[in-house]
Amino acid sequence: MKYAYFPGCSLHSTAKEYDISARAVAGALGIELLEIPDWVCCGATPAHLTLHLLSLALPVKNLLAAKKLGNYEVATCCAACFSRLKIANKFMEDDLEHRGNVEEIVGAKYSGEVKVRHFLDILVNVFGLKNINQRVTKKLSGLKVACYYGCLLTRPPEVTQLDDLEDPHLMDDLMKIIGAEPVQWPYKTECCGASFSLTKTDIVLKLSGDILQMAQDEGAQAIVVACPLCQSNLDLRQGMINKQYKKKFNIPVFYFTQLLGLALGIEGTKLGLEKHLVNPLPLLREKGIIAKR
Amino acid sequence: MKFFISQDIIKSSFLETLQKDCGEKVSHCYQCGKCSAGCPIAFQMDYLPNQIMRLVQLGMEEQVLTSKTIWLCASCLTCTCRCPREIDIAEIMDYLRRRAYQKQLIPLEETEIPLFNKIFLKNIELFGRLYEMGLIGMFNILSGNFFKDMALAPKMFLKQKIGIFPHRINNLKELRLIFKKSGKLAKAKRNRLLHPKLIILNLFRKVIGKIEGLK
Amino acid sequence: MKIGVFVCHCGTNIAATVDVEKVAQEAAKLPKVFFATDYKYMCSDPGQNLVKEAIAKHSLDRIVVASCSPSLHEKTFRICVEAAGINPYLIEMANIREHCSWVHHDREKATAKAIELVRLAVAKVSCNRPLQKTYVPVEKRVLVIGGGISGIQAAIDISFAKYPVVMVEREPSIGGRMARFDKTFPTLDCAACILTPKMVTVAQSKYVTIHTYSEIEEVTGHVGDFTVKIRKKSRCVDLRKCTGCGACFAKCPVKVPSEFDLGLGMRKAIYVPFPQAVPNIPVIDRRNCLYFKTKKCGLCKKACLAEAIDFEIQDEIIEQKFGAIIVATGFTQFDHSVYGEYGYGKFKDVITGLHFERMVNSSGPTAGKIIRPSDGKEVKDVVFIQCVGSRDEQKGMSYCSRLCCMYTAKHALLLKEHNPDSQAYVFYIDIRAAGKNYEEFVKKVQDEYGAVYLRGRVSRIFEKGGKLIVKGADTLSGSQIEIKADLVVLATGLVAQEEAVKLAQMLHIPYDKNNLYTEAHPKLAPVETITSGVFLTGACQSPKDIPDTVATASAASVKALGLLIQDKLEREPLIAKVDNKLCSSCQACIKACPFNAIEPEEIEDRQLKRKRIVAKVIEGVCAGCGNCTAVCRMSAIDLEGFSNRQIMEEIEAL
Repeated sequence: MKYAYFPGCSLHSTAKEYDISARAVAGALGIELLEIPDWVCCGATPAHLTLHLLSLALPVKNLLAAKKLGNYEVATCCAACFSRLKIANKFMEDDLEHRGNVEEIVGAKYSGEVKVRHFLDILVNVFGLKNINQRVTKKLSGLKVACYYGCLLTRPPEVTQLDDLEDPHLMDDLMKIIGAEPVQWPYKTECCGASFSLTKTDIVLKLSGDILQMAQDEGAQAIVVACPLCQSNLDLRQGMINKQYKKKFNIPVFYFTQLLGLALGIEGTKLGLEKHLVNPLPLLREKGIIAKR
Repeated sequence: MKFFISQDIIKSSFLETLQKDCGEKVSHCYQCGKCSAGCPIAFQMDYLPNQIMRLVQLGMEEQVLTSKTIWLCASCLTCTCRCPREIDIAEIMDYLRRRAYQKQLIPLEETEIPLFNKIFLKNIELFGRLYEMGLIGMFNILSGNFFKDMALAPKMFLKQKIGIFPHRINNLKELRLIFKKSGKLAKAKRNRLLHPKLIILNLFRKVIGKIEGLK
Repeated sequence: MKIGVFVCHCGTNIAATVDVEKVAQEAAKLPKVFFATDYKYMCSDPGQNLVKEAIAKHSLDRIVVASCSPSLHEKTFRICVEAAGINPYLIEMANIREHCSWVHHDREKATAKAIELVRLAVAKVSCNRPLQKTYVPVEKRVLVIGGGISGIQAAIDISFAKYPVVMVEREPSIGGRMARFDKTFPTLDCAACILTPKMVTVAQSKYVTIHTYSEIEEVTGHVGDFTVKIRKKSRCVDLRKCTGCGACFAKCPVKVPSEFDLGLGMRKAIYVPFPQAVPNIPVIDRRNCLYFKTKKCGLCKKACLAEAIDFEIQDEIIEQKFGAIIVATGFTQFDHSVYGEYGYGKFKDVITGLHFERMVNSSGPTAGKIIRPSDGKEVKDVVFIQCVGSRDEQKGMSYCSRLCCMYTAKHALLLKEHNPDSQAYVFYIDIRAAGKNYEEFVKKVQDEYGAVYLRGRVSRIFEKGGKLIVKGADTLSGSQIEIKADLVVLATGLVAQEEAVKLAQMLHIPYDKNNLYTEAHPKLAPVETITSGVFLTGACQSPKDIPDTVATASAASVKALGLLIQDKLEREPLIAKVDNKLCSSCQACIKACPFNAIEPEEIEDRQLKRKRIVAKVIEGVCAGCGNCTAVCRMSAIDLEGFSNRQIMEEIEAL
C-alpha cells in the first residue's frame, strides 16, 4: 500500500508528534508514505476567508504535484488539510462553470482525479480493523478515552464522506480494537475554537474548556484526536483553561496514531509522547502501557 | 429602536448579488433559528447567524459587513449541516468576509482576525510553508499584545515543536505567480488588508488599557 | 355536407389579438363550409341560440366552434347541438384562445394561425362519425378501504341511505389513529368517547359488513363494476364462536411490545388491541405465538370455553363486486430516527406526539401517568418540539402537517393538568391555528396553563446526568436557549402509509411525490380522483384534522351514492375500437394499455375457417388515451373521435 503523503504545515512544527507517530505506525503496518515533493501550505482557514480562488488554487497545486508523483491516492493526517483538499476536489469535479478560473491560476487542467483519504480512514477502512487486530501486541486495557472528532472530519458530509455526521464511530472502533475503552459522550463533534487559537484565545478557552469538562464528566481519562489544531487547543491551552476557569484538568490529549503505535508495540519515545504539554506518561505508566520508571 | 429600514434599502441589489455570486438561496431562509441554536460561538456574537441571514434578506449590507459576527464565525459547519432549507450558512459567512475584505469594511473591534489572515497568507507567499515563529511574532507585534503566549514559548522550543528558522520550498516563483493571479482574478488588492490607521489605533487602545490597568 | 363555423370573440380575450371577423370570412371560403359567423360570447345563452338557429335555418349537419379550450366548453356545445338535433359528436372545437390569442402578440400572425386552426378543425370534423354514448350497469355496493374515522363516517353515511357497504380494515380492529388519542382539540372531548358510538353504529348496522385483519388483494374492472379480491387474514380464532370473554389472553405466557401502545406497553401473543375494539375478538400473532414457533403451548385453546381457537384456520380470499370505492387509508407518523441531532431515535426519553397521547390516556400503558420511559421517574420539565419532519426539505417533508401546532398545545395543556408542578417549553417556528376555536385554544394554553413558547428550532438534544440537554434558540429575543428536560416530545409530522403506493397501483389512482393520493382537482374536486368511481377521504389525500376528515368522508359518500342511485352510468364513447379484420393478435396493445382495458378474445374467423385471437376493448374501462393506437402495427385499433383518418385529414389540410 503506497500513498502520496501530504503532511501539512503543522505536522512539521507544532504537531510534530502526529507526524512522527503516523510514520511509525505506517512503517509498522507496511504502508508506504511518499511525501509529495515541494508541497505548499493548503491555505487552511485564512485562505478561504480571504480569497476564494486562492483557497482552491493552493490545494490543487498540491494535488497536481501528487499526480506527478504517480498514480497514488493522497493520504493526509491533518483534518484541515483533508477538508481543504477534498473541497477543492469536489469543486474541480462539479463546478464546470468556474473551474476554468482555477485552472488558469495553477496553469494546468485538473478535474478532481486524485483521490484524498484521511489516515484514520486508511487504517480502519482500507487496511482493516481485523488486520490491525492481528498486529496488536499490547492491549491498552483500562484506558478510558473520549474520542474527539472535531468539526472537519465529518462535516460537510457530502464532501468528506468519512463517517456518520452526528455520532461518528471510526476512531471509537479503532480504540476498541486496541483494547482501550472509548466512552460514549455527547461532544464528539463540538467545535474546539479552531483557528481562533491566537486571535480570540478567550473563545478557545471557553469551548475547549467545555469539551474537557464534558470528557471528564463522562469518565474519560484521556482524549484522542485526529486534528493538530484540536490537539493544540485542548493540550497547549489546558494550563490557561485551568487558570481562567479555576479548574484542575490533567487530561492528556493523544493522537490516535500514538495510541495505535503503543498497541502495536512501538516504543513511547518513537511516538513523540514527550512533546505533549500535559504529560501523558504518568497516566500511561499507571495503566501499565509503558514501563514504570 | 435598533434599525430603521427604508424601502430603498430593502430593494437594494445586495441580496441578488449575493445569491448570484455565492449560489446560496438566502431568500429561502424562514428564520427557524436552528443555526443560531447550534452555533458554538454565538455567545460572543453581536448578531446571531439567523439575524445575519435576515439582515441580508433586507438588504442591510453595511450592518452585515461591519458586524463582529462574520469574523467570529469559526466555519465549524454545524449550521450548514442542520439547516432544514439546505442553505450553506458557513459559505455565506465566507462570502461576506471576502466581500468585507474587498470593500475594505473592517469592524473596529474585530481587527485581529483579518490581520491574522493577512499575515498568514503573506507568510505562505514568502516561504511556501507556514513559518510559525514569524506568524506569531508579527501578529503579536501588530496587534499590540507583545507578550502574549510568552509563557508557552520556552516549553515549545524545548520540545522542538517550533522551528526557529523557516522551511522554504524550492519553487517559490510558481507559488508567487499563483498568489498574483488569484488576486488579479478576484480584483482584490491584497496588500490593503493591513490598515495602518487601525493598527495604530489598536496599539494605542491596548497601551492605554495597560496603563489604566496598572493604576 | 354542410359545416357551420362559429368564431368567438370571448370579449377581448381572443378579439384583442385575433381579427375574428377575418377568421370567419376566411372560414366561409373553406370547402364544405356552408355558413360562418362570429359572435362576442359563444358559450352564453344568446351565443348558443345563435348556433341552434343557424342549424335550423341552414340545415347544417356539422359544427366547428373556434373559441377556448375544449376542456372548458366542449360539453356545453355538445349539449347545445344535441338540442338542435345533430349528433353531439359531430362538433369540433378549434382552440384559438389558449393555443393562439393568449400566447401570441403579433395580430397579423396570430390571425393567420387562427385561420389555420379553423381549417384543421374543419378538415377533422368532415371525417367525424356520429357516435352513441355507452352505458354500464352499476353494482349497488360500496367498498370502503380503511376503518379509521374517515372510513367509519363514510360507511355510516352510505348505510343511512340503505345501500350495502363493505369495510376492509388492515388492523385487528377498526378505529384507526383516533382510537389511540386521549383528548381531541379544541373541545377536549375524550377521543374514545366520541369514536366508540360511531364504531358501534357501524358494527351493528345491517347494511355494513366489516372485514377486519383483512387486506385488498386485487382490483379489476371499472366504475359501476369493480371486482375486488379481499384477503381475510387468519386470526386463528373463529369469529362466529368467540364470545369475547378474554380467558385466552389472560392465560397466554408470551409478552411482546404492543404496537397500539407504540412499544410503551406490552401485549400477549393472542390479543385484542384495545378494550373497546370492534370486533372484540382476539387475533393470534403468528410471529410470536409459541405454538407457531415451537408447536408447544396451546394454553389459549385449552382456556377457551367456546372452543373458538383453531390453529389450522387459513387465510380466506373472497371476491365481490362493487359500484364505487372509497379510499380511507389514513396516515402514519414520520419516523424521526433520521435526525441524528435528536438521537437517531435511540434516546428513550425522546418520544413522539403519539407516544405522549398513549401515556396521557388513562387506559394507556402508564394508566395516565406522564413518566420518563427510561426510568419511570416523574416528569417536571418537558420540551415540545414542533415541525419535526415537516417543513424540512433536508431530512423530512417539505409540507406543513397542519395538526402539530394544535396537538402540541393540547399536550402542553394535558401535561399541566396531570402534573401541576410541571413546566412545558414549546419550540415553534410558526403557530398554525386556523380552524374554528383553534386560535383561542392556543392562546388559552399560553395564558392560563403557563406554557412557555420559544420561537426557534432545536439544534441538538443529548443525554447528560440523567437529563436531556436541549439546545435551542429564541429568534424573537435573539438568544440561545438551553433547557435541561426530563422528557422531550417531538411533534412528528403526518406522512403517507408505507403501502400507499402499492394500493394506488392496484386502484390505478395517481399519487404525488410525497405518496399522498392525488385528487382530481385540488380546489374543485378534493374527494374525487381522475379514475372514475374511486373517491378519497381523510389523511391519505393530505394531512387533516378530525372535523375536515369527517367532512371529506361525508362528501365522498355523497359522490359514491350519486353513482349508486343511477340504474346505469353514461360513458363517453371516445374510446378505442378494434377492427377484427386487421388485427394480427400480436397483443402489443394489451401490453401498452395502462388501464388493463384490452383483453384477448377468441373469434370465429369465417374467411380463414378457424378460431383466432383478436384484441377486444373493455368499453367501461377504456379511458381513450390512445396508447394502443400508437403501438398497433396493423392500424387495426383506432380511437373514436380521434381516428387516424381524422388526424391525417388535419395534417393534410395544413
